[in-house]
Amino acid sequence: MLLVYCPYCGVERPETEFSCGGQAHIARPVDPSAATEEDWVNFLYMRSNTKGVYVERWRHTHGCGRFFNAVRNTVTDDFLSFYKAGEPMPDLEELAKEAGK
Amino acid sequence: MSQPFRTEKGGRIDRAGEISFTFDGEQMQGHAGDTLASALLANGVHLVGRSFKYHRPRGIVTAGSEEPNALVGIYRHGDQTPNLRATQVELYQGLEAISQNRFPSLGFDVGAINDRLSMFFPAGFYYKTFMWPKSFWDRVYEPVIRAAAGLGKPPQNPDQDFYGNQFAHCDVLIAGAGPAGLAAALAAAESGASVILCDEQAEFGGSLLTETNATIDGKAPADWVAETIGKLAATDNVRLLSRTTAFGYFAHNYVALAERVTEHLSQPDPKLPRERLWQVRAKEVVIASGAIERPMVFPENDRPGILLAEAGRTYLNRYGVKVGHKVVIATACDTAWQVAFDLADNGVEIAAIVDLRESPPESLLSIAKARNIRVEAGCVVTGTLGRKRIKAALLGKLMTSGQVASGGQVDCDALLMSGGWTPTVSLYSQSRGKVVWDGDKGAYVPGKSVQKERSVGGAKGLYGLQATLEDGYAAGEEAAKAATGKSAKVTYAAASGGEPGEGGTLGALPHDRNASKVKAFVDYQNDVTAKDVKLAVREGMHSIEHIKRYTTTGMATDQGRLSNMNALQIASGALERPMTDVGLTTFRLPYTPTTFGIFAGVARGDFFDPVRKTPSHDWVVEHGGVFEDVGQWKRTWYFPKPGEDMHAAVARECKTVRDSVGLFDASTLGKIEVVGADAAEFLERMYTNPWKKLAPGRCRYGLLLNDAGFISDDGVIGRLADDRFHVTTTTGGAPSVFATMEDYLQTEWPDLDVWITSTTEQYAVAAVQGPKAREVIAPFIEGVDLSNDAFPHMSVREATFCGVPCRLFRISFTGELGFEINVPRRHGKMMWETLAGEIEKHDGTTYGTETMHVLRAEKGYIIVGQDTDGTVTPQDAGMTWAIGKKKFDFVGKRGLDRPDLVAENRKQFVGLLTKDPKVKLEEGAQITTAENPATGTPAEGHVTSSYFSPALDRTIALAVVKNGHALEGKTLYVPMPDGSIPVEVTGPVFYDKEGARINV
Repeated sequence: MLLVYCPYCGVERPETEFSCGGQAHIARPVDPSAATEEDWVNFLYMRSNTKGVYVERWRHTHGCGRFFNAVRNTVTDDFLSFYKAGEPMPDLEELAKEAGK
Repeated sequence: MSQPFRTEKGGRIDRAGEISFTFDGEQMQGHAGDTLASALLANGVHLVGRSFKYHRPRGIVTAGSEEPNALVGIYRHGDQTPNLRATQVELYQGLEAISQNRFPSLGFDVGAINDRLSMFFPAGFYYKTFMWPKSFWDRVYEPVIRAAAGLGKPPQNPDQDFYGNQFAHCDVLIAGAGPAGLAAALAAAESGASVILCDEQAEFGGSLLTETNATIDGKAPADWVAETIGKLAATDNVRLLSRTTAFGYFAHNYVALAERVTEHLSQPDPKLPRERLWQVRAKEVVIASGAIERPMVFPENDRPGILLAEAGRTYLNRYGVKVGHKVVIATACDTAWQVAFDLADNGVEIAAIVDLRESPPESLLSIAKARNIRVEAGCVVTGTLGRKRIKAALLGKLMTSGQVASGGQVDCDALLMSGGWTPTVSLYSQSRGKVVWDGDKGAYVPGKSVQKERSVGGAKGLYGLQATLEDGYAAGEEAAKAATGKSAKVTYAAASGGEPGEGGTLGALPHDRNASKVKAFVDYQNDVTAKDVKLAVREGMHSIEHIKRYTTTGMATDQGRLSNMNALQIASGALERPMTDVGLTTFRLPYTPTTFGIFAGVARGDFFDPVRKTPSHDWVVEHGGVFEDVGQWKRTWYFPKPGEDMHAAVARECKTVRDSVGLFDASTLGKIEVVGADAAEFLERMYTNPWKKLAPGRCRYGLLLNDAGFISDDGVIGRLADDRFHVTTTTGGAPSVFATMEDYLQTEWPDLDVWITSTTEQYAVAAVQGPKAREVIAPFIEGVDLSNDAFPHMSVREATFCGVPCRLFRISFTGELGFEINVPRRHGKMMWETLAGEIEKHDGTTYGTETMHVLRAEKGYIIVGQDTDGTVTPQDAGMTWAIGKKKFDFVGKRGLDRPDLVAENRKQFVGLLTKDPKVKLEEGAQITTAENPATGTPAEGHVTSSYFSPALDRTIALAVVKNGHALEGKTLYVPMPDGSIPVEVTGPVFYDKEGARINV
């Protein structure tokens, strides 16, 4: 069972308190009507299936209820970073390099 | 003499008194401190079971949890637990054990014919033999094979025991309390770290309890253990868990331990659980799981009386039991020689030490000579005699040519073997670490740490008492430092004796026997021989993963801890590839067999899943209502009167609601309070309908899509104030709707000034429906003019019910005049009982979900999840009226424009009337255009709802049908096994099409 850090509560808690919401930073187009078919299909369905460093959404479902993002290595299950929803995606290469140390 | 193989003195058993136990009904004696295995051996019993496939007589092989043969059933609470390892079962007064996999008895087993017929059971025989006819697979082959093979019988009754669970956190978890683990615990504890030390055995100490030929700090090893445990027990930051197996190593240093709490007790405290699951999150883990000895693969190496050498030493030194009176030692390494010496010193005749090596160490040879022990160097065992117990060993002399020359035979009543040592890397492997081959040690050892763990001592192939202790101390210090940042000066204990020794062998030994006639076992429990492994390679299995599954080697309860290395070497030889290229299968959890009970914990019976009850629950029970499960909710299905079946009760309830009035508990509906300056804007974006112009005090039906454009939920939403909405959802959809709202609010539109709160549990809801509904509620409601003009359909008011604040909705899911009263949950019972009493006066009825379903179907109201399935759009459902056409955006708006969603041939929501009004369709039945379609014809759609309608006095159905809206009046067919049913397509509204009954 993973240990997940909630950046809102500032605590590490077991995975059972959270739910994972798949790939992060999939922005819903601001004006969906203007989105092309391809844009909309990409938004709805297309997700990368990364082996390695991956950014995903988590929700502290049984805690504060807030959504946040986490950078996880899908091979080792190591979390490299946790940050609040709305904050920019960190430099993944930089994070991977740091974690490699 | 009772216990003829018990030594005069020595061992850690309590010799003060005897305790009695039975094995297959025969009464025997043992001592406290015995395992079932040591007590059986003390009584001269080696034959304890029959093998899995060939039903060969089998005896105890090991003294630990890796035991492959001695699997027994233990009776407790009048039922038996099968497949327990006799080497782990602790003896208690009155223990009842039975052998397994034999019929009619252990001594005479008819299944043993399989051994003679073994040419018909090669590796993978079940893939080859039982191919045809196909109809025999399920009915003949599988039942026969299952009956003939297999281990113990499953228990017949529900588990009488209960199981505990404990979460724990620590700086350093140490798995294994042998010399390395104890040293690590001492060092970590002295460094100030919080420590959990667990060991699967009843006593801490591991190999130290067997070691009599060494000292630690000048003390006997067992005395040093006692002193160390005393010291650790007196330390606040240490938790000691004996009889506790670390069986699973998961991500982020989460380790699961199974503690056996009461099973070793004759009269356990009924308040204690049988076992306890420890869920440990450790900052650092020290794996001190030690190493186990490898069997030697020679013909007939499975006779009862053949054990691992170190097991023989353990039975002698720890339990005071001689495995035999005349023992042959077969070895390829030094450690087994010490076993011979210990046995000889305790009066056991050593018939011979047979060492594979041409030149065993001079130091050992001289000790053997001093004891007058016959030594055969450069020699192997090529077979054994005896049926239920070994009688003699056949010897073979290794020639320089590689051939084996007969070396005569040696009489014996036990044979102890040692092919060398294999580090126990199971936990390391479970932690996702990759083992690496160490050529010097001839073993796979842990490679790089993937998690915060370190293997110590035997677990990483490091042997010798002094070196193991040092390694343990160092690991404890390092782990404590890594976990806490603290360190302290730790004094290491010093050992003398307990030398590591050299040597070892892998794979099948050469012999001079007829290879096609003899069996040399690699995996005892699964009856896999060296021949089987070679056969698998000949038949094309070239990956070790395939060889494992084809032969089942390494798939027994020891997970291949005994067999893997030998199988690997044999496969490597057959493949003519180096072992390191063949690879090793992964060790997976659990480390040893683990009960289902410990995983289930308290989540059984009533505690399996929470039960959610509505305020009317007790009243319904008293009044004979029948419940149905809707998710976790208990909802009333119908209220039968005496003599009524479900059909009659539902027909009466439906008719009564339409004629006078009915009362329904709607408390399970999901409720969400949406509040804030942007509440209307938020709902505008979430739901298809427009909300900004909805006046306070009014309600509207809301339709919720997902962004793909498909219907995901619906419900009535009332506006209580400019900035406050009372949203209702379906019963099952409440959590997901709430989560979806939170998601959009937090991550897409964080700028909106809105708070949402789940209020499902805050309100009890009574629906009063029917022409007399107003009269029923009027006496209790204050603060609202209930007249149709002042309080029309689709309105909401805050009022009081019997003086209790309530939210009063005028809404209907029946097509009748209807009200839904929301009171705080604690007043729900009062409200229900008040209204239930009142409807009696109006010839009304309480009704359940079945009637609710019929009444809404008569009106063509959809139930999301029944009439829709996640692929239905509002257009498909005929609900384009619910879409706010002028809205800039809402969830699903863009999705609705996708080409496939506006294409022809979509399945659309319609009504169906069978030509024969008495025939009721099956929900889920397929619909076709042809009366008798050919097999394979695609369906045009399917029936989603089907009922008998009392109002229409006939059956009705709802369905989704391709282009259904254009097919009104057309005839379609529902083919069923006993004939095709013709149906006419209609609109979905069957009753009161103009909706006059609602507005009264």
